[in-house]
Amino acid sequence: MCSTSTTTSPEISTLVEKWRGKKGSLIMVLHELQNHYGYVPRDVSLQLSQQLDIPLARIYEVITFYNYFKLDPPGKYTIAICLGTACYLKGAPDLVDEVKNLLDIGEGQTSKDGLFHLDVVRCLGCCGLAPVLSVNGQIYGKVKRSEVMGILSKYKKED
Amino acid sequence: MISAKINGITVSVPEGTTILDAAKKVNVKIPTLCKHPDLPATASCGICIVKVKGSNKMLRACCTPIEQNMEIITHDAEIVDVRRTVIELILSKHPNECLTCGRNGNCELQTLAADFGIRRDAFPNCVPDLKSDISTGTIVLDPRKCISCGRCVTVCQDVQNVWALSFLERGFDTRISPAGDINLGESPCVRCGQCSAHCPTGAIVENCEAPVVWQALQDPEKYCVVQIAPAVRVAIGEAFGFEPGANLTGKIYAALRRMGFNAIFDTNFGADLTIVEEATEFVTRFTTAPDKLPLITSCCPSWVDFMEKFHSDMKDIFSTCKSPQAMVGALTKTYYAQKKRLDPKKMFLVSIMPCTAKKYEIRRSKDMFASGVQDIDISLTTRELARMIKQAGIDFVNLPDEEPDYILGEYTGAGTIFGVTGGVMEAALRTAYDYVTGGKLSHVEFENVRGFSGVKEGTVQVGPHTVKVAVAHGLKNVEYVLNKVKEAKMTGKELPYHFIEVMACPGGCVGGGGQPYGVTDELRAARAEGLYDEDSRCVIRYSHENPHIKQLYSEFLGTPNGEKSHHLLHTHYIARPEYQR
Repeated sequence: MCSTSTTTSPEISTLVEKWRGKKGSLIMVLHELQNHYGYVPRDVSLQLSQQLDIPLARIYEVITFYNYFKLDPPGKYTIAICLGTACYLKGAPDLVDEVKNLLDIGEGQTSKDGLFHLDVVRCLGCCGLAPVLSVNGQIYGKVKRSEVMGILSKYKKED
Repeated sequence: MISAKINGITVSVPEGTTILDAAKKVNVKIPTLCKHPDLPATASCGICIVKVKGSNKMLRACCTPIEQNMEIITHDAEIVDVRRTVIELILSKHPNECLTCGRNGNCELQTLAADFGIRRDAFPNCVPDLKSDISTGTIVLDPRKCISCGRCVTVCQDVQNVWALSFLERGFDTRISPAGDINLGESPCVRCGQCSAHCPTGAIVENCEAPVVWQALQDPEKYCVVQIAPAVRVAIGEAFGFEPGANLTGKIYAALRRMGFNAIFDTNFGADLTIVEEATEFVTRFTTAPDKLPLITSCCPSWVDFMEKFHSDMKDIFSTCKSPQAMVGALTKTYYAQKKRLDPKKMFLVSIMPCTAKKYEIRRSKDMFASGVQDIDISLTTRELARMIKQAGIDFVNLPDEEPDYILGEYTGAGTIFGVTGGVMEAALRTAYDYVTGGKLSHVEFENVRGFSGVKEGTVQVGPHTVKVAVAHGLKNVEYVLNKVKEAKMTGKELPYHFIEVMACPGGCVGGGGQPYGVTDELRAARAEGLYDEDSRCVIRYSHENPHIKQLYSEFLGTPNGEKSHHLLHTHYIARPEYQR
């Protein structure tokens, strides 16, 4: 089906052989690729399409359906902001807005310098601290909009 | 058989019939936005909900098989209310741009909103911020107007096997797009336009180029010429209230003349010419170069695009003949221009096609500039012409018939059946028979290549030779035919076919992506019948006996497949990437 010629990396061939002919092979291969690269690069998807004889459109349908799969490289620091009920009521949407404005990115995107990635999540497990955001797992509680810039610049300096 | 009751009316239908189809049988119309008669149900819009006695759930009629003794209510106050809410919810995500939309006055969502008397925005409007895509130059994809019914995706993936369109993301963010949000022009899209023919709204429409044509018609420096394709004449009437299949050739000529075209030609002449060239090509290969068999037809630009992207290993056995549209194009700006002492640079050639891909074909390679300039300037769809006739204030219904212009207007019955699946094969076999045997057929109709089965296979006795043929339409059906050829070539076995015809659109051009909306198999059959009927009434039914074709060869081209023909009427193929990024 797919005739686009790209050179195939041996790792992908090995992966494909491991899962070929098995039920749900596409999702299993995508999982391994996501874990390996931290996202699913387009040229890898193109190779996968050829090797598994699955149209690229179907691969992208699966990748974009599940939150787990990413299309862009992850940032060095992943900012997760909780929009669960408690955080939402305590003003988390303001924090999302502020991060978007400061970094000029949308949800699920990575800043141009590759430093920050923004994810919106449903609970970080510490509702008592709402609103909560975390940077690479480090939790910040009772965050005010005005404090967001300070938190981010700390990581910028570290870099 | 299953017996049940719909709104108290007894209905008896075969097992497996959906409630939606059963209701049609007893003249009950259940509204739907996502279900199309060509396609399996996706149950995505939720408008066709009905009640079944004994259940407190509302069921979707499009995907629920009717059961024995079911008592179904299709319309009551509550159902109508729920349907209205569903429409209001769809409208809340849909731009309020009806007046400037390509589907204005012919939109399934607009009609439903009108039928339900929607008079206000029940919910805050939240149209997704998505960009329009015109990169193919043939169709315009405006994903904001998409209602996620899935028809275009199903057609693109399951009917055409192209997989240019897909559903990305999910829930509220669901959108139609090629893989990875690239443009359609960078995707495997073959521009067949079946997505636009099946879309219930204005999310996918043809790229309307009528304004460019009006501009040319106003330019006193321009000598405007037009040609009309076979399938246009039996479909355009639908836009003016004629019965499907009504053949309106004479009215179209008359309307085009009134619009200001200086010369009116017929693509059917080009079809006759294609047959002379292609039958010659076939007979030559059949007798002297069997390694270049099976010969595969090349009149359909979407099919050519599909082959160049997905099956470029077949490019050497493709017929090198240009399509009828392109042949008339090249001859208008060479032969006709010389005859009339016209400067090709000042000529403006418009073609009226049932097709969106023809807009691509006119620029697909340097061969489309055989006259030294672009042979065809603009290609319009049947839908665009219908609108232009209305704009021009022409009373099309009562317009007296007129004739085409000399010399690229005369055609035979063989030329006119090009517009339906199997037609090219049939026309070519008529001429090839004569070329090989030197005799006439007692019966010119080849029944085994007619009809709407996806793949038609058969054998034809041509003198001492048995010619094996296959006809496929709807690109998914091509795989079966090509796989058989590839397997035979690989194993060195006898070829399964000598001659293959392929048309991308189901039904051939009568079901083309640029034809009036609302196509079903019934409509395709009516349009096809209009063409077969014209063929049966034609005095001349062999392309090579068209007197103007003979004159063209003696005055200008020389011999079929000769040097001049090759320069003007033949083309080349290259492998193209499926994805440009």
